[in-house]
Amino acid sequence: MSVIYIVLTVSVIVGVAFFIVFLMAVKSGQYDDSYTPSVRMLFEDEIVNQKKENSIKTD
Amino acid sequence: MGNNSCFHCGDDCGSHPISFQDKSFCCNGCKTVFEIFNENDLTCYYDLQSSPGAIPKEIEGKYDFLSQENIIEKLTEFRSDEIEIATLYIPHIHCSSCIWILENLNKLNPSISDSQVNFGKKTVRVTYNPKATDLKSVVTLLSSIGYEPYISLDDFKAGKKQVNRTLIYKLGIAGFAFGNIMFLSFPEYFEINEFWLEQYKHMFRWLMFALSIPVVFYAAQDYFISAYKGLKAKLLNIDVPIALGVSVLFIRSTVEIAFDIGSGFFDSLAGLVFFLLLGKFFQQKTYDFLSFERDYKSYFPIAITKIEKDGSENSIQVYDIEKGDRLLIRNEELIPVDGILINGRGKIDYSFVTGESQPVTKQSGDKLFAGGKQTSGVIELEALKSVEQSYLTQLWSNDVFNKNKEDGFTNITNNISKHFTIAILTIAVISTAYWLFADASKAMNVFTAVLIIACPCAIALSAPFTFGNLLRIFGKLKFYVKNASVIEQLAHINTVIFDKTGTITSNKQSNAEYEGISLSGSENLVLKNSLRGSNHPLSRTLYNILDEHDIITLDRFEEHIGKGIEAEHDNINLKVGSASFVGNAEQTSTLNTTVYISSNNSYKGKFTFYNSYRKGVSKLFNQLKKHFDLVILSGDNEGERENLKKLLPVKTKLIFNQKPDDKLEFIKYHQSEGAKVLMIGDGLNDAGALAQSDVGVAISEDVNVFSPACDAILDASKFKRLYDYVMASKSAIKIIKWSFVLSFIYNVIGLYFAVTGQLAPVVAAILMPLSSISIVVFTTVCTNFIGRKLK
Repeated sequence: MSVIYIVLTVSVIVGVAFFIVFLMAVKSGQYDDSYTPSVRMLFEDEIVNQKKENSIKTD
Repeated sequence: MGNNSCFHCGDDCGSHPISFQDKSFCCNGCKTVFEIFNENDLTCYYDLQSSPGAIPKEIEGKYDFLSQENIIEKLTEFRSDEIEIATLYIPHIHCSSCIWILENLNKLNPSISDSQVNFGKKTVRVTYNPKATDLKSVVTLLSSIGYEPYISLDDFKAGKKQVNRTLIYKLGIAGFAFGNIMFLSFPEYFEINEFWLEQYKHMFRWLMFALSIPVVFYAAQDYFISAYKGLKAKLLNIDVPIALGVSVLFIRSTVEIAFDIGSGFFDSLAGLVFFLLLGKFFQQKTYDFLSFERDYKSYFPIAITKIEKDGSENSIQVYDIEKGDRLLIRNEELIPVDGILINGRGKIDYSFVTGESQPVTKQSGDKLFAGGKQTSGVIELEALKSVEQSYLTQLWSNDVFNKNKEDGFTNITNNISKHFTIAILTIAVISTAYWLFADASKAMNVFTAVLIIACPCAIALSAPFTFGNLLRIFGKLKFYVKNASVIEQLAHINTVIFDKTGTITSNKQSNAEYEGISLSGSENLVLKNSLRGSNHPLSRTLYNILDEHDIITLDRFEEHIGKGIEAEHDNINLKVGSASFVGNAEQTSTLNTTVYISSNNSYKGKFTFYNSYRKGVSKLFNQLKKHFDLVILSGDNEGERENLKKLLPVKTKLIFNQKPDDKLEFIKYHQSEGAKVLMIGDGLNDAGALAQSDVGVAISEDVNVFSPACDAILDASKFKRLYDYVMASKSAIKIIKWSFVLSFIYNVIGLYFAVTGQLAPVVAAILMPLSSISIVVFTTVCTNFIGRKLK
């Protein structure tokens, strides 16, 4: 069998895999709110910072 | 203000700030919220944004109805023994601090396992354990930290809403297919006759065919449906040539690869559908946090306290109220049905209904209309009607609320498509006829090529991108428009009708004029100080208007409820209030609100309150009068007629004493005479007029809180810009017409290739995206230019 069949099969499978991931992402509501996550991802740091400060103080 | 603003909410603290931990607070409520956050290590809230909070409201007993099983059932989206999930709408959400605190709710109540904010929609989705806590305590907790959820009759029905994501799916599929087909057809563009490409090109072609199937049958299905509907209604809408183009592309390409004639046009097909859907997506800009479909249900409470015959109190659903029921209305609660006041002193704020800011005082035995808000103490009333039959709510049974405005309106794109489709079909037939004689083998080829290249992708994209972009620009300028077709309608307006109270007048201030014997200095001093002690809204207004005076301690101060106030200081006995209370014999009946004053039992004079008009009203009307007919349609009496005459251009029609139905009929009548009406209103009493008009714009002081169903919401601060907005819509129509011209040029070039029978797939693949993209760029640049002028 020619190698091009293998290459094509792989590329189609990869393409379809990404496509399925996209569908799952839409279904899980990832595209419903495009603003809040951008703010949310910055929060974690501040809580950690605060804890660090506290721990330094107690030390 | 500066240092004197509240650390929690940012309001002015006044002369007596409450200090706590070196921070000043405007009230105890704000201080309490700070204490709660402080105890729970949540003061990070104040680091993210300064003064992000809101003053918590009094909620004693307000949420008792949330302990009822059937109401919890309706409000939660998931319920089991261990877990309950509810999504609550919180209008106050406005900054990153809000997101942070609301997503850390579990630190305040450990039984809340998860809370997730949707900033755009201003909602928080709370997951909690119903064994340890309940919906009522979650809501109470939220209210106590200043994030009071807004629970209305609307939530009751909505329950579990499904989000419509089909457009994203379709866009994803079309984009996926478009990209892959482009790759697969690349070798053929350059006609490389290498051995291995020749050998495998059939497989490549059939792969492209497979990829285009979901594009045609799923992603493009709306165009087929719409074209079918259009044809059935004997309308050549823009989707007819699009559907024709898509199907011809697909059929011809399939035939070509099946008989090994050529490589087909799958790339153009997928690209076309992708771009069209992109235009749709762009136009679909919605303001999640605004609702344009609201009716009275969004303002009415879900439940109300009913007093049973034995005297016990019970929460019942608003829909279950029957004639004759005794209801208890607390402070700040809305009256859901028409009724008779039985007990207590009613001070009803009808600003939801009429836009009138002064509360009306009612005594036992008076009739109360649904929609008013009680603003002082507890009252009892007897229901006269059920919710749906009340004076105000009846308005919604009018047919106009079931009509879709877009239906009876041919938009600019469909208008042009009528001529376009006929022209294209004519060209196709003529050129086919020519080739039948010249070279019959090419006839079919030319026929399909004309239909393919003329597929009006660029035309279909002009309007969505122009209006979509303008929609965004308007949004930034606080003019929130429901959808693109509203902008188009706005451009065709020739009559502008205004409501008076709350629309051209401002809710926040009013003016008072004094008439009578002028008061002495010490009398003025006593007057100002006696007003200071009174909570009556008229006293508050008058207090704010009068000049500053020293603060003195009055010897005697007495407030006679429903009548007025009496104060004594340094031998001055001052009475302020109604004519009979003050002892004024003259009793001239005026249409305006008046407050009378007497000193030591001799009548001095009266303050007459006038509406205060928004800034720039006069200027706006003078701008508008050049192009439009102007009408003021007011539900109030004629008290302001003279004032308005002075303020507004002479030809403005002034019509008073209009009931909600009258307003609607007035507009209907003028429309039948050919007027295209822009209605500007604010209260629920304008809802009918807003729905009937061609474009209904609601003015709102706070866009998050209140507006009746309408086509657009205008922030009150931008009221004076209205003229510019209307003019910008007119320019948008011009832009669209120019981009039509541009796309015709592309079509002529394309048609040259098609008619001469030399349309190669690569030409189509270049020309189609090129025309679409240049139209998008053209419209975007032009609308941004308009936008810059607006600012």
